[in-house]
Amino acid sequence: MNTADQYLKAIYLVQELEDGPASTGAVADQLDVSPASANEMIGKLESDGLCDHEKYKGVDLTQEGIVRARDALQHYCIIERFLLEVLEVEEFRAEAGQLEPVIDETVAERLDTIIDRAPQCPDCFDHEADVCRLLAIDREPADAD
Amino acid sequence: MSVQSSLASDHQLARLLQIGVVLEEVVEARAAKHASESDDIGGEVRALLEAAVAESADHRDRLEGLVDELDAETVGFAEIERLVEKQYEAEEAFDGVLYDQLCNEETAYKFYDDLIEAIEGSNARFSVDRGRLLRILREVRADEAEGVEAVTDLMERGQR
Repeated sequence: MNTADQYLKAIYLVQELEDGPASTGAVADQLDVSPASANEMIGKLESDGLCDHEKYKGVDLTQEGIVRARDALQHYCIIERFLLEVLEVEEFRAEAGQLEPVIDETVAERLDTIIDRAPQCPDCFDHEADVCRLLAIDREPADAD
Repeated sequence: MSVQSSLASDHQLARLLQIGVVLEEVVEARAAKHASESDDIGGEVRALLEAAVAESADHRDRLEGLVDELDAETVGFAEIERLVEKQYEAEEAFDGVLYDQLCNEETAYKFYDDLIEAIEGSNARFSVDRGRLLRILREVRADEAEGVEAVTDLMERGQR
């Protein structure tokens, strides 16, 4: 997943949590980057028509930005679910975050052909828990290595 | 979550190679399924699918060797075959054997390309020899590029 899509996903998640515009600081925290880096990328996303940024108010995704953010979130869900269901990775949330930049959307879509993902994805994503609500996290999988 | 492609440890490298093994297993299982169950495919397409099955099995062996050196395990082919079978039967709309094979080859190419880039951009010291690791991955990527070309050629010639 490219950097722009990771930012769009982070803005989307922060907006859902804050129920309004996302503050640059919260987006930076979500991505573990500096506020200056977040500001720079948000400026690029705004010039691409993917979000609106108002100083002292925050960032709002445009309709196009929301569509891309939801796609990115779906890809993240695929990675999480694949790690748990197929590779039986216990720390699937942390590892999904680490692997996300290296797993392209075409690869995620191929992995999607062997997992069980609900049609309402990504609406079933629990933003605070950073996991799909439907994912059976009470399973006790053994780590793959 | 991080915006960096942080391939920083043996553990992460092993995980990505495990994903590569699963992708190869998916290719192998789907191509074998197409070859055995599609009655209306021509000789050239059947030969391509059979070659794809053999090539994926070879790639899988090579990746499994690397995963083994990193002291990790891979998911057995029988398990992935079962998962592929389950979804295959559930697929209502199907875009065609060659289109599916093109997706297989393109996806694998993209995966290895990104993995090679991540390794090249990483300063981590891995337990496997970096030169050998990259050589294997580049050879596999080149095979996938040839695969894309072969499928595209058949599609352009109107083969089914």
